[in-house]
Amino acid sequence: MNDLYAWAAIGLITLAATTGDVLLAYSMKRVGDVGALWRTRGFAAVVGRVLTTPTFFLGVMAMAVAFYSLLFGLSWGNLSLVVPASASLTFVANAVAARIFLHEHVSRRRWAAAIFVAVGVALMAA
Amino acid sequence: MHSCIETHVTFRKYLILAGVTVFSTVGDSLLARGMKELGGVSLHNFPGLLFAILNPWVGAGILLLLAFFASYMSALSWADLTYVLPATSLSYVLVALVARIRFHEQISPMRWLGIALISAGVGFVAAGPSLTPASQKTDQPEHSEPPQDRPRALSQEAKS
Repeated sequence: MNDLYAWAAIGLITLAATTGDVLLAYSMKRVGDVGALWRTRGFAAVVGRVLTTPTFFLGVMAMAVAFYSLLFGLSWGNLSLVVPASASLTFVANAVAARIFLHEHVSRRRWAAAIFVAVGVALMAA
Repeated sequence: MHSCIETHVTFRKYLILAGVTVFSTVGDSLLARGMKELGGVSLHNFPGLLFAILNPWVGAGILLLLAFFASYMSALSWADLTYVLPATSLSYVLVALVARIRFHEQISPMRWLGIALISAGVGFVAAGPSLTPASQKTDQPEHSEPPQDRPRALSQEAKS
């Protein structure tokens, strides 16, 4: 039964972390190249533009949900299961979500990278 | 002159990606060290969590994680999510190496295999473009692509 709770937490962490990453990536693409903006308009302009992007706060909130689900997941399941499983699944979920929602062109090279890293992270816990 | 500026920018971008990797690793290990020093701080002991910031290790860890977040946001402003995530996954390797060097932990063969796979993944994306045309708004003329694609599509039709 505890296993079921742990996997429910892993699912929730993966979902929230992926949502957060996609929202943050979307927000920063709307802000534009931060380095170029800093050089032309100054640091205050960068901070101002990030803080006036509503999806940025949604992304941070999703990340907070992911963090607290991790805390709860750790109270139900093993550290050595919950952390690598959710990190590993998040890499693959992000590649799928970036393709669907951000319209990123996920080439075969990038699929390979996401899957290699996901398997590698899972093995690091072994 | 033009190419000189471009390599400069690229170098800076690699520095930011390295920053994402290093800040998250060092921040996490500082936090872990500080929290171990404090002992059992639970969610029920909320004031204890607030005072945890006063511990120098925890404070430094939080500062570094803020630096991680800033460099991560910066990277996402000029590169695809599917580029930034694998490119910065070397932090997992870094944690293992720090544990081996500082705490003399043994790295099992499975972990070495994991390190090899993660490094290969980083190599895969680092060799490719950081921003794909699909996610760029206007910069690249997208009309230049279809003429190249058409012969390929025709040849695939001919095959099937």
